[in-house]
Amino acid sequence: MLDKELRSMIGQVKDGRMDRRAFIQRMAAVGLTAPLANQILALGGVAMAQSPAVYKPTKRGGGGPLKLLWWQGPTLLNPHFATGTKDQDGSRLFYEPLASWDADGNLNPILAAEIPSVANGGLAADAKSVVWKIKPGVKWHDGKPLTADDFVFTWQYSSDPATAAVSISTYGEITVEKVSDLSIRILFKTPTPFWANAFVGAYGCVLPKHLFADYKGSKSREAPNNLAPVGTGPYKFVEFKPGDVVRGELNPDYHMPNRPHFDTIEMKGGGDAVSAARAVIQTGEFDFAWNMQVEDDVLLRLEKGGKGKTVYATGGDIEFIAINFTDPNTEIDGERSSMKTKHPILSDPNVRKALALLVDRESVKKAIYGRAGRTTANYLNGPEKFVSKNTSWEFNVEKASKMLDDAGWKVGADGIREKDGKKFKLLYQTSTNGPRQKTQAIVKQACQKAGIDVELKSVVASVFFSSDVANPDTYPKFYADIEEFQIPMTQPDPALHMRRYISANVATKENKWQGQNFPRYVNKDYDAAIAAAETETDPVKRAALYIKCNDLLWQDTVFIPVMHRLKVEAAANNLRPALSGWANETDNIQDWYREA
Amino acid sequence: MSQYVLRRLLIAVPSLLAISLVLFVVLALAPGDPFSELATNPNVPPEVQAALRAKFGLDDPIHLRYLHWLNAMLHGDWGFSFVSRMNVDTLILQRLPATLYVIGSAQILALLIAIPVGVYAATKPYSLFDQIANTLAFVGFSLPTFFTGILFILIFSVTLDWLPFVYTTDIKATGIRWALEMIRQAIMPVAVLGLFQAASMTRFVRSAMLDVIRLDYVTTARAKGLGQATVIVKHVMRNAMIPVVTLIALQMPAVFGGAIVTEQIFRIPGIGSLLISSILSNDTPVVMAVTFVFACLVVLFNLIADVLYGWLDPRISLR
Repeated sequence: MLDKELRSMIGQVKDGRMDRRAFIQRMAAVGLTAPLANQILALGGVAMAQSPAVYKPTKRGGGGPLKLLWWQGPTLLNPHFATGTKDQDGSRLFYEPLASWDADGNLNPILAAEIPSVANGGLAADAKSVVWKIKPGVKWHDGKPLTADDFVFTWQYSSDPATAAVSISTYGEITVEKVSDLSIRILFKTPTPFWANAFVGAYGCVLPKHLFADYKGSKSREAPNNLAPVGTGPYKFVEFKPGDVVRGELNPDYHMPNRPHFDTIEMKGGGDAVSAARAVIQTGEFDFAWNMQVEDDVLLRLEKGGKGKTVYATGGDIEFIAINFTDPNTEIDGERSSMKTKHPILSDPNVRKALALLVDRESVKKAIYGRAGRTTANYLNGPEKFVSKNTSWEFNVEKASKMLDDAGWKVGADGIREKDGKKFKLLYQTSTNGPRQKTQAIVKQACQKAGIDVELKSVVASVFFSSDVANPDTYPKFYADIEEFQIPMTQPDPALHMRRYISANVATKENKWQGQNFPRYVNKDYDAAIAAAETETDPVKRAALYIKCNDLLWQDTVFIPVMHRLKVEAAANNLRPALSGWANETDNIQDWYREA
Repeated sequence: MSQYVLRRLLIAVPSLLAISLVLFVVLALAPGDPFSELATNPNVPPEVQAALRAKFGLDDPIHLRYLHWLNAMLHGDWGFSFVSRMNVDTLILQRLPATLYVIGSAQILALLIAIPVGVYAATKPYSLFDQIANTLAFVGFSLPTFFTGILFILIFSVTLDWLPFVYTTDIKATGIRWALEMIRQAIMPVAVLGLFQAASMTRFVRSAMLDVIRLDYVTTARAKGLGQATVIVKHVMRNAMIPVVTLIALQMPAVFGGAIVTEQIFRIPGIGSLLISSILSNDTPVVMAVTFVFACLVVLFNLIADVLYGWLDPRISLR
């Protein structure tokens, strides 16, 4: 093959006119193996494929309709107003960010020409700025070109408090400036090791300036395009009925080669998880259903000879039992669980450790979560580089009993432990939810064997997770001894996830219980490690600091991790969805296809 | 007559005001927060939630909020959904066709079964037909719709694979195929709801007929030599229909209000599923509008029922 031709082909792959597979196939045709072809590309300056997902279709369209079933349908289609993931998922069919997260928690470029790195000059050495290059030639669905102005506008729009965008925390603390028509610079006030937050993932979707410019600030809710999105995505908007259906059709000018695969897309809402699983797995009426919060037994039964199967994505979502460090039964200045008190039983670290020994995680997994859970000793469970190897857990009633004996809690005449005339009684609260009540029962049984009297309480989810200051049953108030729920990890970086538990974040009456540190955990070492991690630019040292934080939470038994939960979805047997535990289901929708 | 209608309408005003006040206070006192979903998301700082609450006026005192709402309602503004950030009336109008079609068909099916079966059973009380009809009616209204709904899905969708169990509003077909598809997907929900309604209505029609059929004037009519059909249809049914009309009139608002359980099971995008999802997400403006419209319809159809009495039985004078 002529050298010139080879070079022009490498050039084509570089700017995306020819895809890698096509290049490799052409090379194979002249007798070169795939690894060698890949090497040629790497030498020619094309980075190795970042996404592990293989995309097989060789032409755009022809995949027929893609029917998605979201048992809670999207209620609005502006990604910056999305109150729940269902709204983000619906918006993401039409709007796109610079990059999304792949299954391993790595960045996958979408509107970006390349992922910024120190090597390509995108990342500043002081971690205070990042330059993103925008892919050239991208068009909005109405034909207008995508430029740096749209990104600057999206930042202005979202960071304006009058707009009341839910993405304000992503954009409020940064400054975005235009470098050229096709590149932007994001400036941080302080060194920010985790720079891939703005314009990445669900809140990263960019809005068209020419359609939203008149609706910034207090007029934001009047924008007609809140309900009729015009984006850059693989599908063009057709129709939207809130809570019922979102429909789109193939975008013939999409900026990625051979994508999208499907001619039309439909996202239907409503109903419940079990019947959604049935519509995909048993009857095949739909291709994909989201968030299968269904017991594993039921799913296994549906999968027998079905038309679909369940698929799993691993992220960092953790279901845990949190321990109250303050006394929920003493009221000081009209506030229970006040920082001025200490928990009468659980402030003893050995008692907390004994309690952790009484949570039978293996049984919880077997009886409840099945394939959708992994047992863990850690609070921080991903991405891999942040996971501690120093921790362990066991279920051992005898050992727990002995520890409690040693701590002075002796079994009384009624079989309940007591110390100085005080009974060992705990109030264990959680939200009303089948699996949680079963977990409560499993834990209670083990506690009874060890002589602990556990009173169970379940609160309706809409109350438990509300921020209603007047209600005593919310999780931040924590008027109980222990409580169980799940905190999702929404990005593949522990910064936000771990920051909650610094002592400045303690939930009190003073901050209307909006502080995120609901166990009221105070540890100077923890505060110092978080502060250090937040400015540490060396990724290895930074990971070590977060592992230290996780280990502190484990040593002090602030949380008893119950289950590392996986995302569960249902998909038709021949559908190849590109899923990631670090992203929403539709974040890589352009890579979905159907096997012939 | 027109005076009577006018007076009734005027009386309706204070009662609707009272209903709206009670609804509003109950909703305002109910626990929950439309932005609670944001609370467990570590990406969203609490201030955003606070800003949203302020923006939608949730922090104002309750009497101010009620007056705002009332004033807007009088000007034809039904409110603004917190969750969808769009006008409530658009949201409701989007959902109305599906509800009218499915629940309306179910009501018609119920009437088509209940009236003939009830009338025939009453003409031959304690016959074999009457016994069978009674037994089926008891079975029918003892089985809740969520049970029959799932049973139907298991039989007709999962096992036999004849009917779809997810309702689609936009079927990609035109003409006769579109109509057929619409009928096909409505069969199960209409049957589930219609049979349930028909069961109780059959019992009602039968007992109303039995009350009238023994009266002297019916015997007189027979003595005059009128045929059985004329006696039953012209003399008995017309009088027996008075309580039945009341029942149907009170059912009519439900046609607009949707059926929460059935709509949820078959994913019918109707008013009922809008109401339940709005309640679950604490979207008070939508809940308020739907329940208030429902209250207006109940008042209206009661009035219509009263006017119909006068037509069915001229002895009932409307003053």
